[in-house]
Amino acid sequence: MSALLLALDGLLSISVVALAWATVTRREPRQAVILFIAFGLLLALVWARLRAPDVALAEAAIGAGLGGALMLAAARRALIQRDAAPSPAPPEEAGR
Amino acid sequence: MKRREAAITALVLVLSVVLAWAFWNAFSGPTGDRLAELTATRVPESGVTNPVTAVLLNFRAYDTLLELAVLLAAILGIWAVGKASPGFLPAGAVLRALVGLIVPLLIIAGGYMLWVGGHAPGGAFQAGALLGAAGVTLRLAGYPAAGLPPEALLRVTIGLGVLIFTLCGVALMALGYGFLTYPLDLAKWLILVIETAATLSIGATLAAAYLGGRADPTDSGDGVTR
Amino acid sequence: MTAHLIYAAAGLALVVLGAWSFLVHAPLLRKLVALNVMGAGVFHLLISVGYRGLDAPPDPVPHALVLTGIVVAVSATALAVAFGQRLEGSAGEQDRD
Repeated sequence: MSALLLALDGLLSISVVALAWATVTRREPRQAVILFIAFGLLLALVWARLRAPDVALAEAAIGAGLGGALMLAAARRALIQRDAAPSPAPPEEAGR
Repeated sequence: MKRREAAITALVLVLSVVLAWAFWNAFSGPTGDRLAELTATRVPESGVTNPVTAVLLNFRAYDTLLELAVLLAAILGIWAVGKASPGFLPAGAVLRALVGLIVPLLIIAGGYMLWVGGHAPGGAFQAGALLGAAGVTLRLAGYPAAGLPPEALLRVTIGLGVLIFTLCGVALMALGYGFLTYPLDLAKWLILVIETAATLSIGATLAAAYLGGRADPTDSGDGVTR
Repeated sequence: MTAHLIYAAAGLALVVLGAWSFLVHAPLLRKLVALNVMGAGVFHLLISVGYRGLDAPPDPVPHALVLTGIVVAVSATALAVAFGQRLEGSAGEQDRD
């Protein structure tokens, strides 16, 4: 039981750090933000395992959800501004 | 790798060693009385049974009040910097239809979160986040004001958390208790009142922050151009 | 005891990773993401300190601290996004890389 739990702890920690690494090394800002949202949700899962359900709820809703939405909108604006020169045909994003 | 980048990497590695050493020292050193036991014995005096809510709204209420003030300062800064950005595409038909289902659900879930925070995981922040999420969903579905009230009312809503919190504190002082020191028989209701006000203003603030500035009344909400 | 150390190490790794990315990468949005990762690392460290094993109730004080911290981090992010938008708007056609 304890060994199984330890394996779970290790697995969760490694995936959190790996996801953070993927987030900060991604060049494309939009993809980085999407990875950040995934990272926040996984972190919420880890905090639920660490018996902090209040904080996990807040992180999933505020940290990953609203923070991610804010930065996604910013990434999108940057994208529009970058290809503003010809008639802009930005990718569909309203349905996330 | 450029030389500057290599230097930064080396410095950050040194920082990580220092941080690890500091944490290990703090972790393996002698531990005195921990706050956890103290909190656990005092939770019955707080008016709520969820220890996190007890800490947030009672034992460290000052902290939460100032945190709401930080939120207020942030939204004031955002409003001072500029107008809301119009850069959104028109929403798809599915999202527009789903909004009628999702937004009421989010509001009900927010109310539930607020109430359940007294004795189980939940509370003002989670409830406010759900209201803010409802605002974001509305904005994405093409409502330019994200379901927020007109500006005069919006200002009141955003200031409500700090206002009610401070008023409760001052009223308690006038009654002879300390600032934000709740008497036991009133504690539950005071916490509920403060949390309700905080929920409303957190939700409104987060939705308004997502708009990224003051809503422009002439904006149709579907414009892509800047 | 080991679980604490594993999670605390992960928190430290997140802080360091965020700090490194914040310093190395130039685009503003990437700096913002890095700053958020760094903040998440601090929160993770606090949560792992508050954890006291499966049979003892966790320490609610760090949880409350993290809860307020998350909201403050998001409001700071929103403010930073607004500033960035204003910066890019006024910088016009200057390079932003």
